[in-house]
Amino acid sequence: MAEAVFSVVHAGPHVTVQDGGRPGLMRYGVPASGPMDRMSLRIANAALGNPPGQAGIEVSLGGLVLDCRSGAVTLAVVGGGFIVGAGERTLGSWQVLTVRAGERLTIRPGPWGNWTCLAFAGQLQAPCWLGSRATHVTSGLGGGRLLAGQELTIAGAEVRERGERRIPCPIWARPRAAVRAVLGPQERCFAPGAVELLTSAPFRLTDAYDRMGVRLHGPQLETTALSLPSEPILRGSVQVSGDGVATVLLADHQTTGGYPKIATLIGEDIDGFVQLRPHDFARFRLVSPEEAVGIARHRARQKAAWLATMARAGA
Amino acid sequence: MTPTPDTPRLTPVADHALLVEFAEAIGDAAHAAVLHLDRALSAALPPGVTELVPAYVSLLVDFDPLVTDHTAVGAAVLAAVRRPRQDNRPAALREVLVCYDPDLAPDLPEVAARTGLSEEAVIEAHLAGDYRVFLYGFAPGYAYLAGVTEAIRLDRKPAPRRGVPAGSVIVAGPQCLVTTLTMPTGWWIIGRSPTRILTGDESRPFLFDVGDAVRFRRIGRAEFEGAQHG
Repeated sequence: MAEAVFSVVHAGPHVTVQDGGRPGLMRYGVPASGPMDRMSLRIANAALGNPPGQAGIEVSLGGLVLDCRSGAVTLAVVGGGFIVGAGERTLGSWQVLTVRAGERLTIRPGPWGNWTCLAFAGQLQAPCWLGSRATHVTSGLGGGRLLAGQELTIAGAEVRERGERRIPCPIWARPRAAVRAVLGPQERCFAPGAVELLTSAPFRLTDAYDRMGVRLHGPQLETTALSLPSEPILRGSVQVSGDGVATVLLADHQTTGGYPKIATLIGEDIDGFVQLRPHDFARFRLVSPEEAVGIARHRARQKAAWLATMARAGA
Repeated sequence: MTPTPDTPRLTPVADHALLVEFAEAIGDAAHAAVLHLDRALSAALPPGVTELVPAYVSLLVDFDPLVTDHTAVGAAVLAAVRRPRQDNRPAALREVLVCYDPDLAPDLPEVAARTGLSEEAVIEAHLAGDYRVFLYGFAPGYAYLAGVTEAIRLDRKPAPRRGVPAGSVIVAGPQCLVTTLTMPTGWWIIGRSPTRILTGDESRPFLFDVGDAVRFRRIGRAEFEGAQHG
């Protein structure tokens, strides 16, 4: 079977193997992990005709440089506005391309976005943990962080006839500064006015940003109850520590915590929120639980239709 | 309104979960209610429910918003709460080995000094605890065991110790934990266990289920080294 082998020349921090994630294990302290921007990997896989959760590589602002040592493979880079170099060509993310032995693939940050996903027409070989290759960064379990000097093998590597094409970037894949959230579940632990501040003041993302979460800079959200019995945390929980500082928990979040959560981002807006960069502004808007479910259903239909159209265009 | 084991508080979380709280402070009755609801829902998962996360006084019910919603899940939760309770016996008794040799138990002297006990009495008190798995949290396989005997309950340390190795047996207040990762901790390190909570066995990857009873068994250095490498 055809094989493509890459060596890692450079991998920035937070560059990891990710797949669809390992949902269902939070009761054992294990968050789902998976890509920060989940649609990016799904689109990259769809563009190659792969199953939606097939393992790929998530690239951070730190960038990634791979040398193709042998073989050839068609791949897709989707998410953010990154710059992709392949051999002599300079392209952008949202691109299907083929890389061959002797060529260098470079992925580095471009005009916008924080994360991009690299998927292959073939199986990226990486360690599996609890049924998934998604890397859980705190433990290092799963496919793992990429490190310079490492070798990557793509088994069953295919070169597609339409080896190079653009993928349209839909509007919903852009960074999202107006983020919708549902109040709570511990809004009662806050001083009067805290919720008003959360929804009226702008917050900046800080550099304290990794796969576990991002700390925000903004007005202090005063809490009244400090030490709660630890309660479950979700991707998108807006947790406020004793000093009034808000943190949004993300893909590799801890599964429980005693700090109160003032609000929780709706699933739909998390992909867009993580594409904001440190120092960008975000504003929170509250929606009712019913509205949130309505948004999820509407967007799921819209995205399924978009993916079907994109897959037909690539066939 | 303050929630109780019979009248829980249901709070929607984002578009895909419901938090069910049985009390505002940690207590046996609330945790028994959590375990009851966890078992009742697990036995027949309501449509669209994808995940149940038990904690001290609450259960998070995660669901697929394309299939169900907060109202339907809430109704299923209340029906399950009202279902007759089975007895609350632990599902299983798990044994965890622990070696208390001084180099593996760096905080033992301090715990002894603060509790006014001898080191040997601290060890005996630790072994005498009646432990139950209350929840997993923080990191993969971090199972919080409740049931540390009164005599050796201490607040956590003022400053955390860094680089505490996996397998450390640590205590704080009524809780005990066997760590699975090398991490900083502010809890008191009183021993080391060769027993793996992350078993590495894909058919049973975690040693405990929430609700299990746990007993510690003291081992000597030779058995520790043997189990460590065996």
